Amino acid sequence: MKTLVWVEHDNKDVKDATLATVTAASKLGEVHLLVAGSGCQSVADAAAKIAGVGKVHLANDAAYGHALAENVAPLIVSLMADHDAFVAPATTTGKNIAPRVAALLDVMQISDILSVEGEDTFTRPIYAGNAIATVKTSDAKKVITVRGTAFDKAEAEGGSAEIETVAGEGDKGLSSFVKADIATSDRPELTSAGIVVSGGRALQNSENFTKIIEPLADKLGAAVGASRAAVDAGYVPNDYQVGQTGKIVAPEIYIAIGISGAIQHLAGMKDSKTIIAINKDEDAPIFQVADIGLVADLYTAVPELTEKL
Amino acid sequence: MKVLVPVKRVLDYNVKPRIKADGSGVDLANVKMSMNPFDEIAVEEAIRLKENGPVEEIVVVSIGEQKAQETLRTALAMGADRAILITTDERVEPLGVAKLLAKVVEEESPELVILGKQAIDDDNNQTGQMLAALLGWAQGTFASKVELADSKANVTREVDGGLETDALTLPAIITTDLRLNEPRYASLPNIMKAKSKPMATKTAGDYGVDVAPRLTVTNVSEPPKRTAGVKVADVDELVARLKAMGVPA
Repeated sequence: MKTLVWVEHDNKDVKDATLATVTAASKLGEVHLLVAGSGCQSVADAAAKIAGVGKVHLANDAAYGHALAENVAPLIVSLMADHDAFVAPATTTGKNIAPRVAALLDVMQISDILSVEGEDTFTRPIYAGNAIATVKTSDAKKVITVRGTAFDKAEAEGGSAEIETVAGEGDKGLSSFVKADIATSDRPELTSAGIVVSGGRALQNSENFTKIIEPLADKLGAAVGASRAAVDAGYVPNDYQVGQTGKIVAPEIYIAIGISGAIQHLAGMKDSKTIIAINKDEDAPIFQVADIGLVADLYTAVPELTEKL
Repeated sequence: MKVLVPVKRVLDYNVKPRIKADGSGVDLANVKMSMNPFDEIAVEEAIRLKENGPVEEIVVVSIGEQKAQETLRTALAMGADRAILITTDERVEPLGVAKLLAKVVEEESPELVILGKQAIDDDNNQTGQMLAALLGWAQGTFASKVELADSKANVTREVDGGLETDALTLPAIITTDLRLNEPRYASLPNIMKAKSKPMATKTAGDYGVDVAPRLTVTNVSEPPKRTAGVKVADVDELVARLKAMGVPA
């Protein structure tokens, strides 16, 4: 089987989510990559070095610069004449594009897979991760999105794939990019960080978040996350949110501070290797999944922890 | 301008799903069902566009068993104008739902379809994008802000690194993210009024599209359980444990 993998990038670098997707795709057969973007030759060069990649298709056109689904989906559909599966990371870009591709191919997408059980059988989480479904597809072509935390990352170096330039139909004229407001941070990216420190409603305001959560994260070299309550209350930007409707993380260590542990939050972090909870309510549901729990007031315990580390 | 809002009846988000012993699925007998939370946000957004903008009529549609009419009544009580119930006893996947909705769009000719970004039962996040593809329309997914102006919709979208704004040519598809708005509660008088609002009932068969499932669910199981952890007495013990794990500090 020949798979076509969507390369997630910012027109400069390949994003980490791509590497886990390559691993998942390689379980289905020969891996080809698609680099669609604008001024993205360097991305194609880097993609060609990913271990296990057979070929890189490069579509370099202003119309693909912002990965608008209306423009890139037809390009992918045209390449699917020679491929058996389209595999994308379950990032916001992948989730935006892949279903459009699936419908154009008249196939049902399999979203957010956790494992490849056979060439047409996959597992995926449903009900906010409270159940795992095994699904078998009867479609001839497959469209799949991959949960990045469920697969190891492919090696970013070691491959030497050929780069082939492809052209699509370009701008379909349905949509246009206006602006982006991207949060800047020197900390590691939330979805690929080894340690994540998350705060919840108990932080009370954004100043406390800056004063209490961030120093601990910086000391640990960790990414900062948040519960929906903290995001809704405006303590941190939306893209910090961990959970069913935010980001799915599975770091080595997840430290939940002042987070009760609602099922929607657990859906985003319960595959973390070690979960540490600091909460003053000893009955908080978070303690049912925490490997190490500390019942304490975060306002004294967290600064003390930061100091003693 | 007419807006179409598809809504789905799902297991209430506060209920912990019980998995059937035979692994055939989640037990939905005698459990509380509600409107999918993202769909409530979609209904609310349509109502706000009617209150403050160019929208004149809001049509809500649901596909599923007869009981989905309760979900439609909720949407009518919030402020939608009329409802379409498409009944089927079969499981319909996002692709099938998108095909049925494309037929409804053909009949109703809305200029905007607002859907939730995902249903909290199957967590697919597909239907809106698929409908956009079938209609050849633009899509504004994961919307946290919608502005209509001059046959365009400016949609601010929640993307991984932050926010992105795209301009869509109408007609278009929008899918809602959590931050788009806070849905209103239906008041008792409005719940009473909703009972007399029109609801057309059709069957999936009426539309003549093939909605047979492409995926077979062979098993549904519990996720791996985490083993019970320990509670530490104080910060010093936590520090010791973290250092034992090789935490850099």
